Amino acid sequence: MLQRFLHHKTAVATVSLVLLVALIGIFAPWIAPNDPLATDIINKFAPYSAEYPLGTDNLGRCLLSRMIYGIRPTLGLAVLTMLGTICLGALMGLLAGYFRGWIEEVIMRVVDVMLSFPSQVMVFAVVALLGVSVQNVIIANVFIKWAWYARMIRTGVMQHRNSNYVLFSRCIGTPERFVLLRHLVPSIASDLAVLASLDVGWAIINISTLSFLGLGVQAPTPEWGAMLNEAKNVMTSNPTQMIVPGIAIVVLVSAFNLMGDALRDVLDPKEVSE
Amino acid sequence: MKQYIIKRLLTAIPLLLCISFVCFVFINLIPSDPAEVALRVRQVPIITDEAIAEVRAELGLDKPYLVRYLTWLVNCLKGDFGISYVNPSRTVAGELLRCLPATLRLAGASFILVILLSLPIGFFCAVYKDSWFDRIMRGIIFITTAMPAYWVGLLLMWSVSIKLDLLPTSGSGSWRHLILPACTVSLSYIATFIRLIRNNMLENMKQDYVLYANVRGLPQKSILVKHILKNSMHTCIVALGMSIPQLISGTIVVENVFAWPGLGTLCISSIFNRDYPVIQTYVLLIGVLFVMFNLLFDILQSLADPRLRKEAA
Amino acid sequence: MSVIEVRDLCVSLKTKKGLHPIVKNVSFSVNQGECLGILGESGSGKSMTVKAFAGLLDKSFQVSGQAVFNGRDLLKESKESLRRLRGRQITMVLQNPMTCFDPLYRIGNQMAETFAVHTQWDKAQIRSRSLDILERMQIKDPAEVLEKYPHQLSGGMLQRIMIGIAIALEPDLLIADEPTTAIDAITQFEILQEFQKIKSGHQTAMLFITHDLGAVSKVADRILVMSNGEIVDKGEFSHILHHAIDPYTKLLVEKRSAVMARYRLALQKEASQ
Ligand SMILES: Nc1ncnc2c1ncn2[C@@H]1O[C@H](COP(=O)(O)OP(=O)(O)O)[C@@H](O)[C@H]1O
Ligand SMILES: [Mg+2]
Repeated sequence: MLQRFLHHKTAVATVSLVLLVALIGIFAPWIAPNDPLATDIINKFAPYSAEYPLGTDNLGRCLLSRMIYGIRPTLGLAVLTMLGTICLGALMGLLAGYFRGWIEEVIMRVVDVMLSFPSQVMVFAVVALLGVSVQNVIIANVFIKWAWYARMIRTGVMQHRNSNYVLFSRCIGTPERFVLLRHLVPSIASDLAVLASLDVGWAIINISTLSFLGLGVQAPTPEWGAMLNEAKNVMTSNPTQMIVPGIAIVVLVSAFNLMGDALRDVLDPKEVSE
Repeated sequence: MKQYIIKRLLTAIPLLLCISFVCFVFINLIPSDPAEVALRVRQVPIITDEAIAEVRAELGLDKPYLVRYLTWLVNCLKGDFGISYVNPSRTVAGELLRCLPATLRLAGASFILVILLSLPIGFFCAVYKDSWFDRIMRGIIFITTAMPAYWVGLLLMWSVSIKLDLLPTSGSGSWRHLILPACTVSLSYIATFIRLIRNNMLENMKQDYVLYANVRGLPQKSILVKHILKNSMHTCIVALGMSIPQLISGTIVVENVFAWPGLGTLCISSIFNRDYPVIQTYVLLIGVLFVMFNLLFDILQSLADPRLRKEAA
Repeated sequence: MSVIEVRDLCVSLKTKKGLHPIVKNVSFSVNQGECLGILGESGSGKSMTVKAFAGLLDKSFQVSGQAVFNGRDLLKESKESLRRLRGRQITMVLQNPMTCFDPLYRIGNQMAETFAVHTQWDKAQIRSRSLDILERMQIKDPAEVLEKYPHQLSGGMLQRIMIGIAIALEPDLLIADEPTTAIDAITQFEILQEFQKIKSGHQTAMLFITHDLGAVSKVADRILVMSNGEIVDKGEFSHILHHAIDPYTKLLVEKRSAVMARYRLALQKEASQ
């Protein structure tokens, strides 16, 4: 599988890009040329220069530094959201698939209702209910997305429950739970990886949208969506300020989308024969 | 057929009840006591325990949960959604009705754009698969799915309104105000539908009935339009129909970018002002719209498809 | 004289790695009133061969060789003139009757569109001809069947309608691509009878493709055996039965004799009981 991965150019390129961005975010204090919060009013709207490689914003803050520090909330929150979603979805899916009976009934009915609600509106409803803050944004996004994963994982469990090796293990007396998990995890893992990497892109857009509207990460903290919100106010005087964060979002989201497709090629056993 | 429609209608009722119950629970989950909120909204200077108790009785908050739900539900059915916390002189229904036309106008314009653009583009992408046109379109689709709607809005606003000075930047009033928001809203949906129609047509082209139509020597145009397009539209019709409520709810972000005075702007300002009844009713409205449109297009599809339509006799 | 003569027909799939051959150097000819059977396991390239000269392959395939139909080389004809031939002079019956009709249109509509494309008939003529054909194919209540959607009819009925459409315009060449594979045994028998009738009643040349030795023996005068895109055996039916050269043909023949032997044994047992 590693071989196949290394031979897939898109997969290697996108994964490296994402890792690179993540590393830049992690080592932001060492990489960023300036303090992202330090204002320099005299030099506001400065063009590119050695001191400010991407220029400065309306308060004279270094745009490049803000972009670099902005990776932390933008990418970090999206990844956190996906981890939360997968954990909750997996837990519910496994519960439903493993215990069956009324537990499954209840969980799946809740999943149905969740899926029939418009997710966009639900995010706003949850944020409204819990109040505007960063962790509430994550909760809201996990809340509207877990049902998809729960359903997928339950389907996986159901398929494997009745497969031959589980029936076989039942006969020879190995604990069924153990066998189920051992076979379930690798078979679901590939689907999960594909779906999750596509959804990280979705989460980045969603979280930045909330920040843009002022419902997520709040103003002085550098986050790409929040930066665009600030840029909007000075659009007439300094339009370049909204270009950089926007392109960064598009590139990162595209990378995740491409990565999802590439992972599907790499991981899907059906493609092996071709 | 009648039986199917009735059955479908009946299955929608529990879902509607579920949605209404969720919305009802929603307002009871808010961190602050509704009675206290109500007092603060009325700008009562000193909030005493007696005053709170009084308001609780007035709002019916001391009754059992289920009774309160039923009263609320009955009120909703009568069109009474309560009073805005922020502006006690206004009813929630009035607020929503005031903003609804603007949102409907925006969603309607976007829907027309979506249909007008995605149908022909999707069709030609499928017919000329892998041609330069298809490749370019696929590239555009790929980029637009990665673009946040608000950024697209900002870019359009800056390029068309500020740089070229062709259209107004924000607000509403004339049809010229409508163009940019409608383009922004429809952009991501157009991408989705082009892909849907293209893939669906390509899937149909592999079917036996297309081979047999070729075997019978039918002209290519007739095979494409009469057979393939019609078959794909049959599968896409539900998705197209469901895009209407999605467009209505999808205007939230774009309305805020362009200061369009619709439901989305109302919703966001209500979130900032903690005007819970308005948010609750908005969520309820969108939820009901989703169920209704789903129902409507399910039934429409089963009416249009001979395989699903039962014999009249 | 031969209606169609195929010489050195090659079909390859264009892939990124180069050409991948599917049909290799196939040659045969069919005379007026004659039926040639093409026998071969599935995937051996039988359908590809006929699709290639009927112009039913898309650009991802490369076709070379000659296919002379009534003096014209089909492989050199334009798409449009091939389309005009298909459905009128060259007609086909396909394998899966249940999926070959567009599910959204009535049978009458799909028959009518075929005739409207190839003839000058007006609406009334088309309708009366359609009824004629259904009657000739022994379909009860033809007027009602015209009003039905494909999913309301059985596979055998649809197969018969397909045969009816194929012979309606009195083609020079009728190609039947596994017409009995997807239907049950009793209907198979009736469908084969239809083909025998066509053979005796018309001067149509016929290509009968199948992987079923039993079916081909009922209608074909001569047989071609294909395997892996090549012709491995050809000749009269009895010749193939007794002097098969190719191992695959031998296997087919042996299997069939084994089945027949067991069948006779069973019959004898039953009789003796
Ligand atoms: N659309 C296609 N693309 C690529 N290869 C194909 C396609 N259709 C058929 N083939 C290949 O061509 C070969 C012959 O197919 P076909 O002529 O349909 O066989 P059959 O003898 O069963 O009719 C098969 O091995 C198949 O792999
Ligand atoms: Mg075949």
